[in-house]
Amino acid sequence: MKKLALPVLVALAAAGFVASVWLVFMVTPLQYAILDNGRLDASSLFFNQKIFYFHVAHAFMLFCAVFVSGLASIAYLKTRRPSWDDLASASAEVAVVFGAVVLVTGSVWAKAAWDVWWDWEPRLTMSLLLWVILVGYVIVRRFAGPSGDRIAAGMMIFGMVGVPFIYTMVGQDRHPPSGGEGVVATLGTSYKITFWMCVATFLCWFSALTIARVQSTRAERELRELREKGLDLGVLT
Amino acid sequence: MSLLRQAARVAWKDLRVELRSREILATMAFFGALLVIVYSFAFPRDIKAIRGSVPGMLWVAIAFTGTIAIGRAFDRERENDTMRALLLAPVPRLAVFLGKAIAMTVLVLAVAVVCTPLLALFLGAPLFDYPGELALIIVLGAIGFAVVGSVFSATLLKVRARDVLLPVILYPILIPLFVAGTKTTTALVAEFPDLEAAWYWIRFLGIYDAGFLVLSLWIFESLVIE
Repeated sequence: MKKLALPVLVALAAAGFVASVWLVFMVTPLQYAILDNGRLDASSLFFNQKIFYFHVAHAFMLFCAVFVSGLASIAYLKTRRPSWDDLASASAEVAVVFGAVVLVTGSVWAKAAWDVWWDWEPRLTMSLLLWVILVGYVIVRRFAGPSGDRIAAGMMIFGMVGVPFIYTMVGQDRHPPSGGEGVVATLGTSYKITFWMCVATFLCWFSALTIARVQSTRAERELRELREKGLDLGVLT
Repeated sequence: MSLLRQAARVAWKDLRVELRSREILATMAFFGALLVIVYSFAFPRDIKAIRGSVPGMLWVAIAFTGTIAIGRAFDRERENDTMRALLLAPVPRLAVFLGKAIAMTVLVLAVAVVCTPLLALFLGAPLFDYPGELALIIVLGAIGFAVVGSVFSATLLKVRARDVLLPVILYPILIPLFVAGTKTTTALVAEFPDLEAAWYWIRFLGIYDAGFLVLSLWIFESLVIE
């Protein structure tokens, strides 16, 4: 069962990716709206709205990862079980990649929709700040030596608690609104199916990468421990 | 002895060491003054530009000097290997942490007390139009900075790359603090000061400090193990 999880998730992600690309480009209609007076609604995005499906799905994973990593860090500090630490660091490392995708796609979309590469608008800012925390986490783990796991766990917990503050801080601006009246909630049915398909796909992909990373860190740790044991016993030199 | 009195003892110990050598205070105050001088050449000096840039200058100066001051203060414990003694002392770790945080707050404030009037003097920034609000936001900023800074300086004590890692850890976490600080200051030095906005950010920072203080109290013990 445990061994099966990774290939199954990868297969699901691969199939889901093909399906999502097909849904995004072949099925979902272009996004535009005609007002009652026959004019085009100013918020129409046409083709450049297509990036939304990947962009927002990745952003969901970024948020998800911060909380997975934060909660795993709390569990690690409480229980000191290395497996929690593996999970925290793996999901943070994978989230750095997903965050980079969010920032790049967001930037490309901003250029297409608002004609600027970067805009200090709330959710772009928030993604950037979360990403900075994750990058800091990875740097700390890499360079803080033996106690790096504890320090990084502390940093992730502080970062997670800071999320509501960052959210309040950046406020609301010209980004499409979120929540009850947000883009996701008011999407037409065909948009919605495509969107959730993308989210499911990238959730599988994210989980697959995280599991693979957890397995490789665990293998590294076990190898190190075995080597130390071997050195202690005098079998290895 | 109650927790607060124990914390006060620890804080007083740190401050007394500092008062006898004056190493951090002297160097940081001078560093802060130098920063202000560099600012005066690096940025345009007409009053309109100053109103826009002085909040950033103030908080960048607090961040830079504060980071170095906290790092140095904890270095002292490492050099003499006294952190272990402090942690072995028959007081709860909470008292040690609170004492450290109080001492660090005082250090950061002391540097801010030097930088702020210098900014007003050299750049002609109208920083003292609302001294009460400004003092309040600086005190809140110093508390938040010192609390989070103390947690991570204490954990970084044995790490070789601690000097570079301290800002790498602190700044991402403290971005809301700096934003609240600069927004308040901006609202206060603007041509038409916006007290409502200033108080919004002061409250924001107050809640932020409270949240992070509770978190630090909870996490300090599991992070700092010798």
